Amino acid sequence: MSFKCVNQRVIRKDIVAKVTGRARYTADRTEREMLYGALVRSKVAHGYVKSIDTSKAEQLPGVIKVVTYDDLKAIKFPTCGHPHSVIVEKRDIADKTVFTNHVRHFGDEIAGVVAVDSYTARKAAELVEVEYEKLPVYLESEEALQEGAKEIHDGSKNIVKEDEYELGSDVEPIFESADYVLEEDYDISPVKHCHLENQIAYAYQDAEQRIVVVSATQIPHIVRRILSQAFELPYSKFRIIKPYVGGGFGNKQDVVVEPQVVALSLAVGGKPVLIEYSREEQMVATRTRHAVKISLKSGFNKDGEILAQKAVIVSNGGGYAAHGHAITETMAGNFMQTYMSIKNFKSEQITTYTNLPVAGAMRAYGVPQISFAVESHLDSIAGMLQLDPAALRDINMTEDDLNNEFTGVDYSIKGLKEAIERGKERISWNEKQKAYQGQIGEKRKGVGMACFTFDSGTWPYYPELAGANITMNQDGHLYMHLGAVEIGQGSDTVFCQMAAETTGVSYDNVHINSLTDTDYSPFDTGAYGTRQTYITGQAVVKAAEIIYGKILEKAANLLDVGSEKLDVADDYVIDKASKRQLMSLADLALNTYYNEESGEVITCSVSNQVKSNSINTGVCFTEVEVDITTGKVDILDIFNIHDCGTVINPDTAEGQVHGGISMGIGYALMETMLFNKDGLPLNDNLLDYKLPTTLDHPDLGADFVETYSETGPFGAKGLSEPTTVPTAPAIRNAILNATGVKVNSLPMNPQCLFENFKDAGLI
Amino acid sequence: MFDISNYREALSVKDAMTYLKEDPSSMVIAGGTDVLIKVREGKLAGSSLVGIHKIDDLKGICKDANGDIHIGSLVCFTQLEEDEIIKENVDYLGKAGGTMGGPQLRNIATIGGNVCNGVTSADSGSMLVCLNANLKLSSIDGERIMPISDFYMGPGKVDLRAGELLTDIIIMKEDYEGFTGKYIKFSQRRAMDIATIGCSVMLKQKGGVITDFRLGYGVAAPTPVRCPVAEAFAVGKKATEENAKAIGEKALEDVMPRDSWRGSKAFRQQLIKELARKAIEELAGLRGGQDA
Repeated sequence: MSFKCVNQRVIRKDIVAKVTGRARYTADRTEREMLYGALVRSKVAHGYVKSIDTSKAEQLPGVIKVVTYDDLKAIKFPTCGHPHSVIVEKRDIADKTVFTNHVRHFGDEIAGVVAVDSYTARKAAELVEVEYEKLPVYLESEEALQEGAKEIHDGSKNIVKEDEYELGSDVEPIFESADYVLEEDYDISPVKHCHLENQIAYAYQDAEQRIVVVSATQIPHIVRRILSQAFELPYSKFRIIKPYVGGGFGNKQDVVVEPQVVALSLAVGGKPVLIEYSREEQMVATRTRHAVKISLKSGFNKDGEILAQKAVIVSNGGGYAAHGHAITETMAGNFMQTYMSIKNFKSEQITTYTNLPVAGAMRAYGVPQISFAVESHLDSIAGMLQLDPAALRDINMTEDDLNNEFTGVDYSIKGLKEAIERGKERISWNEKQKAYQGQIGEKRKGVGMACFTFDSGTWPYYPELAGANITMNQDGHLYMHLGAVEIGQGSDTVFCQMAAETTGVSYDNVHINSLTDTDYSPFDTGAYGTRQTYITGQAVVKAAEIIYGKILEKAANLLDVGSEKLDVADDYVIDKASKRQLMSLADLALNTYYNEESGEVITCSVSNQVKSNSINTGVCFTEVEVDITTGKVDILDIFNIHDCGTVINPDTAEGQVHGGISMGIGYALMETMLFNKDGLPLNDNLLDYKLPTTLDHPDLGADFVETYSETGPFGAKGLSEPTTVPTAPAIRNAILNATGVKVNSLPMNPQCLFENFKDAGLI
Repeated sequence: MFDISNYREALSVKDAMTYLKEDPSSMVIAGGTDVLIKVREGKLAGSSLVGIHKIDDLKGICKDANGDIHIGSLVCFTQLEEDEIIKENVDYLGKAGGTMGGPQLRNIATIGGNVCNGVTSADSGSMLVCLNANLKLSSIDGERIMPISDFYMGPGKVDLRAGELLTDIIIMKEDYEGFTGKYIKFSQRRAMDIATIGCSVMLKQKGGVITDFRLGYGVAAPTPVRCPVAEAFAVGKKATEENAKAIGEKALEDVMPRDSWRGSKAFRQQLIKELARKAIEELAGLRGGQDA
C-alpha cells in the first residue's frame, strides 16, 4: 500500500514549541493572585490521626488557610482513569477521600495549606503537628492476607478482588502425565514512572462560578467525571484544561492532585491555588507499577511441546484500590495470549491492599510483569531440554487465526514470527546462542530474546469512544479539535497525518492545538491503553472522509462537473483522470464561507465508538556482557522488532521503541522502590532510585514488520506501551545464556546477581 | 526557594576568614552541590552561609620549587581533570574526580568541598588518602597543615574548626613521583551516582616486582581509608594475577564495610577484593586491554 503522508517521516507538530522552549506547561501558566498549596502527608505507613494541631502553621506569615480532613465532607471517590460504566458492578472502587484521618501509606494526605508562595506553604505544612495511633504495617501481600490482619479498608479482608479461569482441559492430570514439570517463582519489585514533569495542577472558580482545573493529565474528560463524583457537583460545573504535558506513562491516568487543588481553592473562595508535587512526593503519593509475585508451572514433553501451564499471580495493590483488579486481570488475560499452541491454561489471580504506596497504571499495565515470568520460564524450559529458546517458542506458537477466550479478541501472530526471524539474523542468533554456552572467566557474553502480544485499546474490557471535530478555515487549511490527549507521545502529529492523507490537504496545512479543554474538545477518554492511534485514529479518518466528501460536493457545484470526476491532492481540487489542478482549496474555502447564495462552512463533528481490537506483537533481542566478579551487566546490543501494523510515522514510532527499551533497561537492571520495615521510603529521590542515564544505554534499535490491520486506520495498530514489555526477560535470558544462572527476580542489579552467582557457585 | 537565614559573599580569603570568625555558626558554601541539597532536605535548613566561590586565589593548581603540587580548594572537578600539571603527574586523581556526578556537577563541585563534606563515598577521598595529601586550613588566627587521614574523623565529620577555611591541598613530590595509579568507582550507574565501593590503587614496580604500593577505599569504612596490612603484604611481591588476587583478599583485613540497603556487607567485601585485583592487574599490564 502506498501513502502520501501516512507512513512518512513528517516533523512533529509540537517540535518548534518544544525545541524553542516556548511550549507552555502547567507550571508556565499563571493566574492573577495565584496562591500555592502544600500537603500535610502521613509520616507513618498505617494509622489513625489521634490529634492534629494547625495553630503554628496558621500563625506563619503568608499562610491563608489550613484545611484538614475535619473541614471536608468525607466523600469517597475512585481515582482511576477508566471510562465510567453504566453497569454499577463494573465501576471502579471508590475508597479515597481528599484528606483522611485513616492513613494507609506513607505520604497519604491528611491536610492542605494555602499560602502566598510555595515556600511558605511547604514550611507551614511541616509546622502542622500530627499525632498518630499506629496500626500494623503490611508491606507484602502475604502479610496483609494473614488471618486476623487489620483491615486497611473496612470489610475488604485486604483483598481488592480475586478470581481465576481455566482454558482447555484440567491442567493437573496433564502435569501428572507430562515428561517434565517445571515450577518457578518470580518476584518483581515495584517501580516508578519517573516522567520529567511531576504532578501539577491549579484550580479556580471563574466568573460564572464554574470550577476551572488546569492539570498535567492524560485524561481530562475523566478528571471532570471524577471531580464531579468527589465534590457531588454536576459534570458541567467543571472545566478541565490540559496544557503541554511532560510525560505520564500511566501515572497521570489517575486523578491525584486535581481534587486537592479544587478542595483548597474552594476553601479560599475560589481563588486560584496551585500544587506542584516535589519529586519525593511524586515517588510515594502518586502511583507505582505493582509489585507482583508470580508462580508458573508448566508440563511439557521432551521435544519441547508444552502441554499445560498454570499461573498464580499475587499483585500488591498498595494502600488504595486505584485501578482495582484490572491490572492483575490484564496479566491473567495476557498470560496465555502468545503461545496458544499450549491449549490448556489455568490462572489464579488476586490483588491485595497493603501499606505500600498505591499501585496503578504504568506503561503496559501489568504485561511487563507477566511477560517477565512467561518469557523467563520458557528459557528455563529450553535450558532443561537443551533446546534453542527460539526453537522452543516456535514449537509453541501457531500461525492459525487465534481467539483469546478470556478477552474475546481475535488475532494472529504471523507478524511476530517474521519479526523473530529478522531479529535472529540481525543478532546472529544461531551462531552466538550456542557459542556462548559454557563460558568461563571474569566476563561472559550472552544473547537473549523475549516476545510479547498486546492489545490496541481497551475493548472489550471498556467501551471505546473517541471524537473528532474538523473545520476547514477560509484559507483551505484544516483545524482539528480532538479529545485525544497529546502528552509527548506524538499523537497530534499522527492524527494530522491521517487527516492530510484522507483529505488531500497538505500536512503543513492541518492544524491542531496541543491543549485539550473539556469546554471545546470533543469527548474522548484520553491517553492510555495504547489506544489513541488505533481508536481516535478511526474517528479522525471518519471525520476527514466527511470533510473530503464535502470538499468534492462544493467543488462539483462550483466547477459544474460530477464529483466522481474530482479528487483532492496537494491542497488543490484536481481532475481525477488527468491530475490537472482545477481549483485551490483556498479559493474553494473562501467561496464556501462568503458565497452570498450558498455560504456554508465545511465542518463536521464525529463521535465514534469502536468495538474491535487489533493485537500488536513484537520481540526484543539483546546481547550482554556479564562481569561475574561484580554482578555488573553491560548491554552490548539491544533492539525491538514490532508488528504494530502500518507505521504512521517512523520517527515517532522509533522514539516510542527507544523510550520503551530504555524504561525496560531500568526495570531489568536497576530500578526498585525500597522501604524500611515501617513502610517509610528509603530511596524516594532520583539519586537513590536508579533510573538509567544516557551512559547506561547502548544504541537502541527499532525495526518494524508491517502487517496490515483490517480494522485500524490505514492498517495501524497500537505501539506505545508494549515497547517496554520484552526488555527485562530478554536481558534475563541473555544473562542465563552467558552464565547458566536463572535469575527470577527484578531488578537484576549487581547485589541481586552477586547473590545469585554465589548461590550457583560461580563466586 | 531555599531556607537560608543569612548569606555573605566573600571576595577574598581574608574576607571569608573574617566572616567566618564574625559568625561562628556560619558555614562555607563553595559549589553548593552538597550544602544546598542538605538545606533543601531540611538538614541544614536556616543555615547562615559564607559564599566563597568567587575567590580566584583558591582556584589555582601549581607545582612549587620542591616539586610539590598545590591544588586550590576551589578547583572544580572539570578543571582538575583537564589541568596539565595533574594530567602529567597524577592523572589518576583527575580521573577519579571525573567519575563524579555529571558534567554540570563537575563544573561547579569543588575538591575542597568534596573533602570537607567528609563522606566516605567522596570520589576524590580515597585517592587523596593514598597520595598522603596534606590540607592547609586557614583562619584569622593562623593556619595549620594536617594529613588528610587525620582530617577525616567519622562519617560526615572532619577536623574543621570554627572560623577555618580549607585553602590548599598539597601533594608532596615523593607521594606521586614514579607511581602509576588507578581509581575504580563501582556504582550502579555510569553517571549521576555515588560509589557502592571506590577503590584507589597506586603502584611502583621494577622488573615485574611491586616495589611500592598504596591501596585506599571509599565506602569500605566510615571514612576513606588506607589498607596498611594489604600494602605491607604487596611490597616485594611479583606483579602476577595470583598476587593481585591475594592482595585484594588481604585488603579485607583492613576494612570494615557495613550492611545497608545500598549494598550488603558481603557484596561490598566482594567488590573490595575484586576491584583491587582489577586495578592492580591493569596497572601491572595484565589485563590485555580488557576494561577493569
